[in-house]
Parts: sequence; C-alpha cells; structure tokens
Amino acid sequence: MASTTGAAPDDAMTTVGNPGDGDAGTHPVRRRDFINIAAVSAAGVGGLAVLYPLVSQMAPSKDVLAESTTELDLSAIQPGQAIKAVFRKQPVFVRNLTPQEIATANEVAVDSLRDPETLTERTKEGHGNWLITMGVCTHLGCVPLGAGEGENKGEFGGYFCPCHGSHYDTAGRIRKGPAPANLVVPEYEFTSDTTVVIG
Amino acid sequence: MSFPWAKAYEPKAPLMRFLDERLPLPRFVYNAVGAGYPVPRNLSYFWNFGILAGFCLMLQIVTGIVLAMHYSANALVAFNSVEHIMRDVNWGWMLRYAHANGASFFFVVVYIHIFRGLFYSSYKAPREMIWLLGVVIFLLMMATAFMGYVLPWGQMSFWGAKVITGLFGAIPLVGEPLQVWLLGGYAPDNAALNRFYSLHFLLPFVIAGVVILHIWALHIPGSSNPTGVEVKSESDTVPFHPYYTAKDGFGLGVFLLIYCLFVFFLPNNLGHPDNYIPANPLSTPAHIVPEWYFWPFYAILRAFTSDFLLPAKLWGVLAMFSAILCWFFLPWLDRSPVRSGHYRPLFRKFFWFGLIPCMAVLFYCGGAPAEEPFVMLSQIATAYYFLHFLVILPIVSLVERPEPLPYSITDAVLGTPENDGTVKGHMIQGENARPAV
Amino acid sequence: MTRLISILVGLGFTFVVLLAFVIGAWTFATEEVTPTAEHEFHVAPRHASYQFDGALGTWDYQQLQRGYQVYKEVCSACHSLKLVGFRNLAELGYTEAEVKAEAASWQVPGVDPVTGEASTRPGTATDYFPSPYPNDVAAAAANNNAVPPDLSLMTKARHHGTEYVRSLLTGYRNPNTFSVDGVRLKEEFPDFETPPALHFNPYFANLNIAMAPPLTANGQVTYADGTDPTIEQMATDVSAFLTWTAEPTLVRRKQTGWPVLGFLLFATVLAWYAKKQVWAPVKPKKRKGDNPA
Repeated sequence: MASTTGAAPDDAMTTVGNPGDGDAGTHPVRRRDFINIAAVSAAGVGGLAVLYPLVSQMAPSKDVLAESTTELDLSAIQPGQAIKAVFRKQPVFVRNLTPQEIATANEVAVDSLRDPETLTERTKEGHGNWLITMGVCTHLGCVPLGAGEGENKGEFGGYFCPCHGSHYDTAGRIRKGPAPANLVVPEYEFTSDTTVVIG
Repeated sequence: MSFPWAKAYEPKAPLMRFLDERLPLPRFVYNAVGAGYPVPRNLSYFWNFGILAGFCLMLQIVTGIVLAMHYSANALVAFNSVEHIMRDVNWGWMLRYAHANGASFFFVVVYIHIFRGLFYSSYKAPREMIWLLGVVIFLLMMATAFMGYVLPWGQMSFWGAKVITGLFGAIPLVGEPLQVWLLGGYAPDNAALNRFYSLHFLLPFVIAGVVILHIWALHIPGSSNPTGVEVKSESDTVPFHPYYTAKDGFGLGVFLLIYCLFVFFLPNNLGHPDNYIPANPLSTPAHIVPEWYFWPFYAILRAFTSDFLLPAKLWGVLAMFSAILCWFFLPWLDRSPVRSGHYRPLFRKFFWFGLIPCMAVLFYCGGAPAEEPFVMLSQIATAYYFLHFLVILPIVSLVERPEPLPYSITDAVLGTPENDGTVKGHMIQGENARPAV
Repeated sequence: MTRLISILVGLGFTFVVLLAFVIGAWTFATEEVTPTAEHEFHVAPRHASYQFDGALGTWDYQQLQRGYQVYKEVCSACHSLKLVGFRNLAELGYTEAEVKAEAASWQVPGVDPVTGEASTRPGTATDYFPSPYPNDVAAAAANNNAVPPDLSLMTKARHHGTEYVRSLLTGYRNPNTFSVDGVRLKEEFPDFETPPALHFNPYFANLNIAMAPPLTANGQVTYADGTDPTIEQMATDVSAFLTWTAEPTLVRRKQTGWPVLGFLLFATVLAWYAKKQVWAPVKPKKRKGDNPA
C-alpha cells in the first residue's frame, strides 16, 4: 500500500500535467528520487520488522521453556529393571544394569561401533549401574521397546525400536538397524544415592 | 472497465512478460491499483479510509491466525489460554492487543468510510452495488466482532453472548427454540464457544471475498469524488499509482501512529475491565455493555421500552436490525440528482445538525447505564435516526434546490469561474449540463 | 412507492419510540426516583502515584518484592494467584536459587508417587501459586458464602485497578460516622445498615464487602529492606505487586512502544514528503493567485 516506487512523477507530467504548472521540473531530480526511495525503504523495513514477532511467536513459549527438570526417585528399581519417566514431554529410560549387562557392554570393541562410546562415558561416576537415556530412537523418533517388563529387548539385550528395526545394546548404543546414533544421554545429576534430577 | 485514456499495461521485464502471457496477475494489479486505474484528481483524505479498512482486515486476519495457534476454544481453558498468550507466548501480549485494538480501529475506519459515503451520497447510481456490498460487509463485520469478543470467555464475553442470543428469543413462536439452537444449549457453554470460534475464523475470509466484489464493483464506474460530478475527461483524473499510492501511504502512516499509540500505551482503554474476570454463569456484571462500536445499535435496542401491539423487546430487536437494513434502501430513498453534500444545502443541514448529533447521542447513551436521562435521550435520537433515513431523506431530495455544480472536476480543482445561473431543470443525474464558460 | 413505504415504516418506528419516550418521561416526572446509598456514597479510588505510571514508567523491583511479601503473608490466606508461576518471580529481581527456595516454601497439590493419592509437595519453579481452597465450594464455605476472587488479574478487572486495590485495602470506615462532602451517610439513609457478616467500605461497589479488613496494624509484615510497613505502605506495595501480576509485560510494552512510534513518525514524515513530491506536478497553484477576483 505504501509503495511509491518509480520515477512516475515524470510520466505524470506528460499525461496529466496541467498548463498552469511551470516549475515542477525545476526540483533537483536526485532529491526527489531520494525521498521516494527512502519512503519505500522505510515501509520495507517496517514490514520486515513486523515479521519478527510473527515468526518468533511460534518458538517455545516461556512456560514450555520452564518445564526443564524432572526429579526421579530410583530406590524402587531393582537391578535388571527399567522405568519410563517423562522429561520435557518425552520418554526417558532409567535402567538399573545388572553386573552381567555391564560386563556385556564393556566386552564390545568400541572402535567397531557405529557411534563409538563406552558405557562409562554414558553413565556417572559412582553410579555406573544407572543407564539414563532418552527413550527416543535416533532414527525417526519412535519410542523403543525394552524398558517395560516382558518387552522385546532386541538382539543385544538393550532396546529394540519396532518402527524400523533398530537394535540397541545394554549401554543404549546402536548396534544394528537404521538408527545413526546411540540413545541420547540427557543432562542429569544425582542429588543423593537414590534421587536424580534430569535437566 | 476503464476510461478510454487509462494506460494499458506493458510488461518491461522478461519475467513480467512471461507472467502476463500465462497468468496476467501483474496486469490485474496494474489495472486495479496501479497506473492503469484513473482516479478523480480531487479526492480528499476521506477517500483514504477504503484502503485503510482493507489494511485493517489484513491486520486482523494475520494477527488472528497467529493467535489461533495459541488459543483453546474450550470453556474450561479459554480464559487461561488467552492469559497464556499474554504472559508466556513470545510477543503474545503485543499480538493480542494488536488484534483487540485492531477490531476497534477497523470499526473507526469503517464508520468514517460509511459516513463519507453518506455525506457524498456515494450510494447513488451508478454505485448502488458498491454500497449494498458495503452494507453486507458491515453486517458480517458486526457478526465477526461479536463472536470474537466471546472468545476470551470473560464476564462480558459470556453475558454478551447470552444477551445477544437472547434477542432472537424475542421472535414470536420460533424465538426460544432458535436461541437454544444457536447456543447449542440453554446458556452459552462449550458448544456455543466452539461454534463462535469456528465462525469467527471463517467469516473474515467471507468478508475478504465480499471486499473483492466491493472493489470490483467500484472499478466499474470508478471512484466517486467530493464534487459528485462524474469524470468527463482525462484531465479530471490521475493514475492511482503513484498519486494515490503515495497519498494512501501517508494516510496509513498516520493511522498506524494512532493505532500503535493505543496498542502500546492504552491497550485496555477501548475494552471493559469486566472481561478480565472469568465467565461466571451465576453472576451478571452490574453494567453490561457491548464493545463501543455496537453502542448506537444497542441504544436503539434499549430505546423501545413500551409495548405497542408488539412486545417492547420485539420492537427493540426489529428496530435494531432495521437501523442497518434501511441502509440497503438508501439509493432508492434519496432521489436527489446531486450527489455531494457540498451542493445540497438542506441535506447538508440535516446531515451535520441532525444525523451527526443523533449518532453522537446514540453512541454515548449506548455505553451509558440504562437509567434516565440516557434512555429518554436515546429515544429522541432513535426517533430522529429513523426519521432521517426513512422520512427526511426522501422528502429533502424532492424539495431541495441544489447549489450550482462545477462543470467538471478539473474546473472545481483549477477554479474556473463559477457558474452563476440557475441549475434546476438543466440537470441530469448528478451533472451540470451547462458547459463551462 | 419505495419512498412511500419507507416513510410509513419510518413514521411507525418513530411513533413507537416516541410513545415509549412519553411514557418514560411521564414516569420520570411523576415517580420519584429513590436514591440509593450505593449510588450516593460510593467513592472513586483515591489517586496514587507509582513508578510504573506514565509512558516512561518502570517497575520498582523493591516495591514489587515488598508487595509480594504482603501477598504471601496476608492475602494468600484466602486469595489465589492462579495465573502466576513461581518462575515468574525471577522477573521481580530474585535469583534462580531464591526462586527455587521461594517455590519450595509453598505446598502445592501433588500426587503420592507410590499410592497415587492426592497429597501436597513443596513447589518447584514451574508450579503456579497454589489456591488456599481446593474448590469454590470450600472457599465459599470458609468465607461466609463469599468466594475470595483470584487476584492475578484484579487490577485489570476493575476501573483504575491499582488505585482501587490500594483504596479498598485502606478504605474501611465506620458507616455511622462516614460522610462525603460533609453529608453524613446515616443522615441521608438512616436505615442503612452494614449486615453483621459484612464490612463497610465506600470504595466497594455496594458499600458492604465480605472481606474483613486485611491490613489491620502498622508493622503487620516486616520488610527486609527496612521500609516502614505502615498500612498505607503495605497497601501501596501490594497494589503495585498485583499490577505486575495482572500484566507482567506492562513495562516491556511501553518500552517497545517508543521505538515503534518513533519509527512510524519517521516513516510517516517521509511518506508525507514523498506524497507532496509526487503530487507537485498536478497540484494547482493557489486559486486566488491564479484568478484575482
């Protein structure tokens, strides 16, 4: 609406100029153009500035950003058991590894892995039996099986994603199937031996 | 349409030529709001308000779509979801204030646009269809605004919905079933809120459709102008672009300044505090009023306080709807051959000393509590309102002796010596047949 | 024909509305309107100044923190603040640790992780202020049938809300001695009585409010910043706090407004010169100069 582009005043002179008007041509052309360009640019800048709130309103709102921590009590989880908790509206798997599971995980040659990481790197010092990962397959985001009792744990005894057949081992590392990376370990912290705060 | 001297579109850039041959959108724009649309050269700033109304519609649609991304149309959470927008959503407070005040400013602009049309008799031949479509747009706007005001589900939302749907209850026989059907219940609740939300989302696009028809109809005879004399020659017009794009650009700037002053510094002054109280079906606010733009019609509704053949409530409802519906008949009620109020001495007096004060009183009384003296004042103003449109206009146009018209727009602008002789008898519709000296 | 029908319809509406006018005027002239005490003795909020007033206003964080303290120690016994989260307190100048500690000092509704039964737990930053009553029925039962309203939006839900809250809190009077402009309430309305469960307050719409005076003594709270906690001071502070709860973005809104208006002014001035320049060739010279009469 505010576009006043072009050097149209000159055209206008020829089409609708009126005889009583003699001095219109004496304005310096450059100043005229400058005003038009400045006005149109200002409109453009204003239009662009309006886009900013319109775009950023779709980013997470303050209440969503604030939902940042999940506190869990681990005292009831026996070795070999796992629970599913919720962290930022996504599942998180907390698994109390048995010594055998730890041993199996440590036997694997790290270099042979698609996403080389040791179990120790994926757990906290002093709490080596607690494997805490996001329950989100790194392929396309399905929730893998294996955390619930009686669920298919896949060929490597960890987790199995039924969507496209990704197998994770007891350290939550990708071993077979299309997923490109290990299950993500979120930021977390043990506040006592049995409580952990994720996020 | 166009005048014979309208410039034809000649694509210069290859891309434009490519487009013009396949989808002539550039040509369409050029002929609609570009250099290909000749417009009378003497339009005053009152002619800015059409473009401004179009801008307001776009503003409301854009902010509305964005707000719809965060709003929840459920009676349990609607109020809180609006506050979620105000508090948590990035820039949500600005978007919501922009939308709420945008509605008010849309009405300000449209009211000025309508009164421009009334003073310059823009509804007269050959522009009847533009006017009729305009009244349809206004009715759709009122419906949209009313349903939008229900969405925050505050006290005024709830009781506004209840009272306005209660109007339908005044209709004999079918009234009450109709009211229950409209609400989907016996009082406004989830069903009503959801359908209002759905329609509030739909109607703006219907409005946009009718606006396109409105502008299409406008481009057949071209814009009217302050003299009311039709365009006669090329010197009467200038191309829309750059002349009116520049003028509308400036007008838009002034509009945005005032609008943003409200959005950022007085965002709640046009609203009502009670709507920050969540809807409570068990307690009516002490003083129910609709939004300010409905006040004149609300005053007319409340002015009918006595039964006469029909119940007072039904009279009020009939009068309120008739107050707008009578605008549909204006082109056939006002038969004066002269369009512009500038050349109609009697009409002009009734306009400035009758209609304008009458509307001011109706505006004021519609927002005031239903006590004396406001009821009596609104009764007198209501009487004048109907007399003005339905009685005075038809009679004035018969008895009035218009002042001499300029021969052409160019004459009016350049000040060619004024016509002196009598005009009556020499006039065809809206024109002075006598050539200028 | 159209005009004939229109004139008849117009005269019809006019007749009916004028009939209503005549009847209304007759009633108005003959029946005495009994003035009500609410109408005559309800007073507008007293004026007060705050740092957030005006187009350049900013929050006084010390004042907001004091106001929060008054809410916590006095108002929260009966009034909820449902729309405000503990995390929002960070905007009052509290550090993250202080917000967490503050949140933990409130008990919020929770679920027993073992049995699933409803219970309470200390609040976290993401929780919202808990309501003092589980539901409206309980609130009404505990307060003589009057539900204490939520305070989150109170200052926006009343005309001149901030001043209203402040005036109301300090506005309890004795109805027997109350007067406006030298006219005593009891003289004008000898029958006026404040019901035993209610309290006389001329700033409240119907003069009798269910809320007992909440701020009863100077020093009811002890301010950490050493401000003297007079009743007036506490009322001012809590009304400021409730202005913030009603519109946390108030200051940001005004601060955004200035650059927006400044830019628009600049763009509009440019548009004016562009318009003038575009129109220069077709604008007629001054009429009088062209055509001396």
